[in-house]
Amino acid sequence: MLSVRGLSMRFGGLLAVNGVSLDVNEREIISIIGPNGAGKTTVFNCISGFYKPTSGDIKFQGKAIQGMPDFKISRLGMVRTFQHVRLFNSMTVIENLLVAQHRHVNTNLLSGLLKTPSFRKKESEAMERAAYWLKKVDLLPMANREAGNLAYGQQRRLEIARCMVTEPDMLMLDEPAAGLNPKETRDLDELIVSLKHDYNVSVLLIEHDMGLVMGISDRIYVVSQGTPLAQGTPDEIKSNPEVIKAYLGEE
Amino acid sequence: MRSNLSSAFFAAGVTFILAFPLLGLQLTTEGVSLILASSSATTLSYVAIGVLAVFFVQLFKEQILGQLSKVKPKPGTISNLLPAEENRAKLVKPGVLFVVVVALLWPFMMERGATDLATLVLIYIMLGLGLNIVVGLAGLLDLGYVAFYAVGAYTYALLAENLGWSFWACLPLGGLLAALFGFVLGFPVLRLRGDYLAIVTLGFGEIIRILLNNLTELTNGPNGIGGIPKPTLPAIQTEPDVSIIGLEFSRRASEGNVPFHEFFGISYDPAMKVVFLYLLALVLVFFTLYVIRRLMRMPVGRAWEALREDEIACRSLGLNRTAIKLSAFTIGAAFAGFAGCFFAARQGFINPESFVFKESVIILAIVVLGGMGSQIGVILAAILITILPELAREFQEYRELMFGLMMVLMMIWSPQGLLPMKRPHIELKQE
Repeated sequence: MLSVRGLSMRFGGLLAVNGVSLDVNEREIISIIGPNGAGKTTVFNCISGFYKPTSGDIKFQGKAIQGMPDFKISRLGMVRTFQHVRLFNSMTVIENLLVAQHRHVNTNLLSGLLKTPSFRKKESEAMERAAYWLKKVDLLPMANREAGNLAYGQQRRLEIARCMVTEPDMLMLDEPAAGLNPKETRDLDELIVSLKHDYNVSVLLIEHDMGLVMGISDRIYVVSQGTPLAQGTPDEIKSNPEVIKAYLGEE
Repeated sequence: MRSNLSSAFFAAGVTFILAFPLLGLQLTTEGVSLILASSSATTLSYVAIGVLAVFFVQLFKEQILGQLSKVKPKPGTISNLLPAEENRAKLVKPGVLFVVVVALLWPFMMERGATDLATLVLIYIMLGLGLNIVVGLAGLLDLGYVAFYAVGAYTYALLAENLGWSFWACLPLGGLLAALFGFVLGFPVLRLRGDYLAIVTLGFGEIIRILLNNLTELTNGPNGIGGIPKPTLPAIQTEPDVSIIGLEFSRRASEGNVPFHEFFGISYDPAMKVVFLYLLALVLVFFTLYVIRRLMRMPVGRAWEALREDEIACRSLGLNRTAIKLSAFTIGAAFAGFAGCFFAARQGFINPESFVFKESVIILAIVVLGGMGSQIGVILAAILITILPELAREFQEYRELMFGLMMVLMMIWSPQGLLPMKRPHIELKQE
């Protein structure tokens, strides 16, 4: 589904990402791990089009996407979240989900002004899809609250719901468990697995919570100082001496 | 207290430096030479009182502001009498109805001057509402909004003068042309953000004004265009054959039109013209209000706000920020075009002097004062800003000063504006 080959990103003299390659197949949960500052988020930014990579090929569903504007990549069905929650704080929860469906609704000005039947139909469909996902992430009672007033864990879940209403094929989550308590992390774990099983979504994950990563990942890529260090199943990674060295230092 | 003392000395010093040379010194002529003399003792004592007042207010700033905010509303005072949130919603409909009725009856109850002033207020409301889309909703600071107003006004003036087009043909055209200018300007500059965008739009506003001043063959330069026909009221004529004609509100109509009083067989009254212009402006304002209210609930309105809240999140969700900003800019410009068209028709004469930078500032002040994004706030602020200078005619010289003072006080007491935005939230109905 997604294939990245030899991705490099240079900021002036700093080579932040150096020759990273990775593959995500359909219905797979792939994690990228590595110490802080290893360039994981830079990889995300390159794939999602927020940065233009210095070199390398990125293909999504067979289509070359490197250098494409970010919003076009997202429309191809690859949606991401951010390390820090980025909600539309003064809009209500339900409005957050409606904005995300911008390209699914009828944006024709005239039909909106005249409230044509097709406009109403699209709007109510968007509303239903939003309500469905709110229920899924347990936020239905909060639907009409301002997003900025939600608890942190709820904001995290809302962000994932907001991605899901766009009906993506691949979801990229940047540290979704950061700041969550153990109970919330377990719920997140279940949610991600359910996205894969019930909605056929592939997930690319950056995460520091090793419990979460080892529990749900199909494969793991380890990045250290911008360069790929190792890849493999959770068990292979756990016993990889290079990885242990990068994380814990040498004896 | 320590830091207050130094800032108090500083503020008092600045006041002294500003006030003393301006008020405390006087130039008098003695023979052929100018000599510098100090003013009368009373003026000097006023300066001293002013400096001392600034000093003490700065010194005890916290205490003073603290006292002001400590004043709790006593039971029975206005803020306690205001109904609770739920009940307030019930009052909205009758309230709006009341305002509409008063607005409709206004010209028949008031004198000609008051109606004329109200028409001016309505123009500013239209401009404020239009700019509110750009600044309040989409969060794009536009300092050259008056340019689109000018485009609308000159569209009508030029088409009427050269081609004899009617007001009703030019009104949509003025809006469209202003929108086109908005689009053409917006295309290259909307990648800029905040301050940079403000500077470019400021430049654009000036370019339009200077062009109008210098394209003498087309616009007649600083002399402006006069004799712009007033709007007519379309009516259906049955004699001699069925056709649509324009009713004019003058004693004698130009060719092809019929005077209003003749058509209805009433006696001529010059006040009718003013009343008609007022009612026309009112219709335009209602149209603007309706369209913008709809826009706010439509996907494009939601997208404007989302973009103002978090641009990066919007991009990640597949929203094309250029297209969305451009739509805000274009639609906002269109309303300025309508307002300009009406303005030209009402004045009958326009020149570039009506479209100076200060006009942009006033419109922006209306939006900021009203509370960014709030429609009722914009209407209130437009009324306030247009009427205050008229009421304060006696204080002619101090008008700008009062304007500035009002803005400063507003920013201290209610930085969100008169009525901070209460957006019509879309609600999820649950069983």
